[in-house]
Amino acid sequence: MQYTFIALVENKPGVLNRVASLFRRRNFNIESLAVGRTENPEVSRMTVVAGCPNGEVDAHKLEANLYKLVNVIDVQDVTHQPSVTRDLALIKVKAGPERRGEVNGLADIFRARIVDVAVDSVIIEITGTEDKIEGMIELLRPIGIVEMVRTGQVAMTRGVNDGVRRVPGVNANRYQEDFESVEMTP
Amino acid sequence: MKKSGAEILWECLVREGVEVVFGYPGGANMPIYDAMLNYPVHHVLVRHEQGAAHMADGYARASGKVGVAMATSGPGATNLVTGIATAMMDSSPVVFITGQVAAHLIGGDAFQETDVTGITIPITKHNYLVTRADEIAEIVAEAFYIARSGRPGPVLIDICKNAQIEQTEFVYPEEVKLPGYQPVSHAPKESLECAVKLIEKAQRPIVLCGHGVLIAGAEEALMQFAVKTQTPVASTLLGLGAFPASHPLSLGMMGMHGEVHTNLAIQNSDLILAFGMRFDDRVTGNLKTYAPKAKKIHVEIDPSEVHKNVAADVPLVGDLMMVLTDLIPMVDECDHDEWLEQINEWKTEAEARSIMNWPSDDKLYVPHLISDIWKATGGGAIITTDVGQHQMWTAQYYALDKPNRWITSGGAGTMGFGLPSAIGAWFANKDQEIWAIAGDGGFQMTQAELTTAVQEGANVKVAIMNNNFLGMVRQWQEFFFEKRYSAVNMLTPDFVKVAEAHRVPARLVTRREEVDEAIEWARKTQGPVVIEFRVEREDGVYPMVPTGASLDQMIQRPLRVEQ
Repeated sequence: MQYTFIALVENKPGVLNRVASLFRRRNFNIESLAVGRTENPEVSRMTVVAGCPNGEVDAHKLEANLYKLVNVIDVQDVTHQPSVTRDLALIKVKAGPERRGEVNGLADIFRARIVDVAVDSVIIEITGTEDKIEGMIELLRPIGIVEMVRTGQVAMTRGVNDGVRRVPGVNANRYQEDFESVEMTP
Repeated sequence: MKKSGAEILWECLVREGVEVVFGYPGGANMPIYDAMLNYPVHHVLVRHEQGAAHMADGYARASGKVGVAMATSGPGATNLVTGIATAMMDSSPVVFITGQVAAHLIGGDAFQETDVTGITIPITKHNYLVTRADEIAEIVAEAFYIARSGRPGPVLIDICKNAQIEQTEFVYPEEVKLPGYQPVSHAPKESLECAVKLIEKAQRPIVLCGHGVLIAGAEEALMQFAVKTQTPVASTLLGLGAFPASHPLSLGMMGMHGEVHTNLAIQNSDLILAFGMRFDDRVTGNLKTYAPKAKKIHVEIDPSEVHKNVAADVPLVGDLMMVLTDLIPMVDECDHDEWLEQINEWKTEAEARSIMNWPSDDKLYVPHLISDIWKATGGGAIITTDVGQHQMWTAQYYALDKPNRWITSGGAGTMGFGLPSAIGAWFANKDQEIWAIAGDGGFQMTQAELTTAVQEGANVKVAIMNNNFLGMVRQWQEFFFEKRYSAVNMLTPDFVKVAEAHRVPARLVTRREEVDEAIEWARKTQGPVVIEFRVEREDGVYPMVPTGASLDQMIQRPLRVEQ
């Protein structure tokens, strides 16, 4: 079973290494990991998709262990929460002038975009859920994929709902008050 | 006023109340050692950095303060690693300060460059690489705060040489800002109410007292709770001393080498109150059959320990002291006479097999020796140990009534821990009698620290239990490998001569009649002393729960057949 976690961490050197090292040390497999800055320059946001073979027990273990890292501010499990998840892929397809039309048609169906055209290849940019991207890859494969890159999944819960926080009283909900005050200062 | 990074480091250490550091200088920390001369901090020059780590650990455990160990970059820092892992496994607050090559050389495989922060991520609570002098003050303050708060643990600060030399304005941070680090204190009221319900319903409750009781300073609270609810108290290896061994409710040690009646009590209990312990595999035996009838209340400050090995029915995440303080007024006084009687019955049955009832013969048995040392010292000495048979025997027979006198490597099981940790403990409490109980194997791993003890005048008494075997491995080979002894037969040096070469007075004891006199001699002799006891070679530690077996499936000491 794959679980999706959102972790807010301090934007400091080496934090990604600590998080990755934790997953390795506790014997969890990372399926995908995406990191980027947030609206607050002091905070980075990670979306981690990890294999949790023992379901909830593992999810609790991961969440609690993430909090053992001093730089981790907040962890939510959004696996079962209504949320928007997106992955972005750039796919370079072997397509000379004779197949561009076909590729273009496929891209339209998936609401993907062609972002580069070369003599015998095109680059398609597609964003969406994993399923959608997998679907497009399947159809492009017979045409000939030259190379492909994916960002890994990012996630955000819908509306005002948060994800699940299994480790209450530690850091949960503290993020708000700590960092709101940071924003107030000019 | 501007100061160098090295000076700022010492300014901060002095403000943290550091009086003694254990370390070893080298190329990458020379500015730190130079600046040290101007500060009122005593430096203990060790003979190997592992010794420094264990000394700082022993100091921390005996004093309750943060210990400090130092080393240079590269091999100096990697020699600390075993000691860091030891402190991590046993939640010991130690700050490690290592020198690092200059920032502009990092990543270039410079002389004595090792990625120490990379190496120590999994074995520290937190670590830092410092590349600029102006980071030092804040980081040292954070490091000490992290090391001693919450679930304590080691923190490493790796300071680049340029950061030690650079001059910068010294501003001591008034408070630390760690948005992601908020140790919890109180458990939620609803959870406490659930716990109270379970406690009131229980017929056969048992407290499992762990190291957390000592760390939280909750010995008094535990006593109140146990007496008020008439709940017997079993202890983990590291929890020994938190509840007086002589108290009628004390069950002594649980687990692999725990008392028979203690393990039986756990297996038959209907409520387990786990206080500051983490259900280590050495404590639970087979998890599938562990305490099958018991509900579990787990009081623990580290949320990652809850549900890790044993699912808790009521987890109480918080500071043990605060949780107990909240809990005690909520529970009613109660009795469990029948239950206590049952446990006593088991105890009486098991005692028939005790080696303490054996008549003296011409052999030396470690349990007898530990008991003799216990008697001579009135049970009040600080005891450190190495790891193995002698460690378990000491845990079983040096019955502790007072807290914070028991210093042993539990989680990591680090051989060679005994002597250096005893030296560290001496610096924490110079008026206290200190005995390091060692095996012949472990002692040889760090015996060079004898000279450190002499140089510092450390008043530690070393008792080497020499059976010319790696005893615990031998015992396992006897029980589980058809007595095929592999790499356990150990030629030992003449320990008396080893000690004397280190300028340490020493004696050899081979007969029981000589024991009391030798112990008295050691106690009267000022400074470090070594006694080598030539003990029975093939005695085993009993009872023993084989790995993977259920906690009540114990191998017991064979009944002695009278000749």
